[in-house]
Amino acid sequence: MPVPFTPPPLPSDDKRWKIVNGTMRKNGFARYALIETLHTVQSSFGYLDDDSIRFVANSLRVPLSQAYGVVTFYHYFSLKPPGKHTLTICSGTACYIKGSDKLVDAAAKRLGIVAGQTTGDGKISLMTARCVGACSRAPVALADGEVAGEMSGEQMLEQLERWAVE
Amino acid sequence: MTIEELDQIALSVRQENAKYDYEVNVCMDLACASQGAGLLRDELVKAAEASGKKVLVRRTGCMGPCSSGPLVRVDPEEQHYHHVTANYAEAIVAGLGGKPVPELQCDLNDHFDGQVRVVLENAGHIDPEKIDDYISRDGYKALLTVLTEMTPNGVIHRITESGLRGRGGGGYPTGLKWSTVAKATGDVKYVVCNGDEGDPGAFMDRSVMEGDPHRVIEGMAIAAYAIGATKGYIYVRAEYPVAVARLTTALREARRRGLLGSNLCGTPFSFDVEIRLGAGAFVCGEETALIASIEGRRGTPKPRPPYPAVSGLWGKPTLLNNVETYANIAPIVRNGGKWFANMGSERSKGTKVFALTGKITNTGLVEVPMGIKLREIIETIGGGVPGGHKFKAVQTGGPSGGCIPADMLDLGVSYDALMKVGSIMGSGGMIVMDDTSCMVNVARFFIEFCMTESCGKCIPCRAGTAQMFTLLTRICNGVGTMDDLALLEDLCVTVKETSLCGLGQTAPNPVLSTLKYFRDEYLEHINHKRCPAGVCNIQAPVEVLA
Repeated sequence: MPVPFTPPPLPSDDKRWKIVNGTMRKNGFARYALIETLHTVQSSFGYLDDDSIRFVANSLRVPLSQAYGVVTFYHYFSLKPPGKHTLTICSGTACYIKGSDKLVDAAAKRLGIVAGQTTGDGKISLMTARCVGACSRAPVALADGEVAGEMSGEQMLEQLERWAVE
Repeated sequence: MTIEELDQIALSVRQENAKYDYEVNVCMDLACASQGAGLLRDELVKAAEASGKKVLVRRTGCMGPCSSGPLVRVDPEEQHYHHVTANYAEAIVAGLGGKPVPELQCDLNDHFDGQVRVVLENAGHIDPEKIDDYISRDGYKALLTVLTEMTPNGVIHRITESGLRGRGGGGYPTGLKWSTVAKATGDVKYVVCNGDEGDPGAFMDRSVMEGDPHRVIEGMAIAAYAIGATKGYIYVRAEYPVAVARLTTALREARRRGLLGSNLCGTPFSFDVEIRLGAGAFVCGEETALIASIEGRRGTPKPRPPYPAVSGLWGKPTLLNNVETYANIAPIVRNGGKWFANMGSERSKGTKVFALTGKITNTGLVEVPMGIKLREIIETIGGGVPGGHKFKAVQTGGPSGGCIPADMLDLGVSYDALMKVGSIMGSGGMIVMDDTSCMVNVARFFIEFCMTESCGKCIPCRAGTAQMFTLLTRICNGVGTMDDLALLEDLCVTVKETSLCGLGQTAPNPVLSTLKYFRDEYLEHINHKRCPAGVCNIQAPVEVLA
């Protein structure tokens, strides 16, 4: 007789794990819930680390290799904790035509990092997005998720200054 | 829910609206919201209350001309106000029934006159979070008519008769797709909506999902009835959180009204929809990759056949259409296939929504009848290129499309015409470029996109796009040779003809089309180490001392 499956215990008593577990339970711990669950982990914890991937994989009975494969396949998932603030510059076509690449260069120069990294003090992350769908206001940048259109280099650097001196 | 009950809801909404003398509609789509439309609406509500006038302040989805945002439309006068900020709220309310606010007035007649709105018929007229608003504009009438008066075959016949073709870009006849899935054997079938609008520079589907979510759900439910499915999935990009929230609300409301769930309208038909989130992979717009992603796996495409119509989600027959395709279904059912077929051109029927962006005066969403000339879209509706610059090209179809030069502006927009000139219809991104845009650089941008987004499954796409990117970078940097150009052209053909899925097969299109129409720019980079548009950063050649 097959042994009924018992999902592993929550990694800690951090309440956020209950939210993660909730997503899996809602989907009956089915394997297809992998991406959904990883979304919940990322929105709860800000990123995915080894412990969380292992917990989700074990709970859904997905091989670790497959879980890690999914995490690294999709750009939306991040394996590193985000900085206190995140500047995301849209690099969709309309934004590119209106010079978003120059914004990325200027921000990278100011912060001393390249896109996708976080400053050493953990304050600011610089990201690029494939297109946030605000093309009519290109070039677009998101300051902590807030969409700002027709972004100029000066405006962007001012924002970075404000964050830096906080 | 019966048709009578539906009519009753519509009537009560109209009666409720009739209590007001004026309607102030505030566009709350992303572009307007990012410029303070939220605060504006709050101030308008306050001002309306303070004034004692009977004013209904309504938030709506995208009205279209985003470059004029934040936008407000005052009804019944149909007066548009542009660039409205919150401090004008009192002036707007004070002007109701009297003189409009002069500094906010704008003339959008040229912009709207050339448009025909089918998919966007409710945009700017309903609150996307209120199902009753949608019902008051004939919403769900098509679904209930289909359930009570039509056979599944009758529905498919009507869709076939309309001549509707897939709005995701491929242009496959929708009626034919539906009848294939309907004929496929299997007791379990699925309806899937592709809301993974990956084309960077396009946002039609986002606007439809955010501004009129019930339209998509109704289209899916009609499709489910026609093919015999009971379960549907909407696959939405995680980058569109508002769309996800609006669809979630819409689904909940539809269930509450008995328009989704078991035994709809007292018939044996049951249907429900779940949302699945994408996670940032362009290739998931490809149908087999999208299905893999819904199943919780890496989004890598599979060779076809078998097509999803025969073996799709979890190996079951699956109908997969784009957001805009589903958004066309309800009006076709309501008004008949012939009505739809009367619009558009010979082989491309109906209308198409385009996201007009780039170097153009009126950026935003437009819906035009198929067959309309590109010139009319760009010069009349779009208002032309601003800043005294000269129009150079328009890019359609995103990374799978091509650049169309100025001397082809009299081309009528249709699937076949665009294909013939080396571009594609695509999902509807239309990016205008002027003389400050370098076409080699644009080609490099798209190839870089495809290189990063290649899933890596097949070699021509994985390695080919990387090599093409290297060659284009050399040309952009002024170190390219004529041999590089020859190799690039050769690679284009290889990648196009041997890649597994649509991503690779169409990736060379931006390069091929720019090579065809703007070859002189490539030659200028190679032979004279000069970028005519001044975009590429070409270092002055180091003089070799003799």
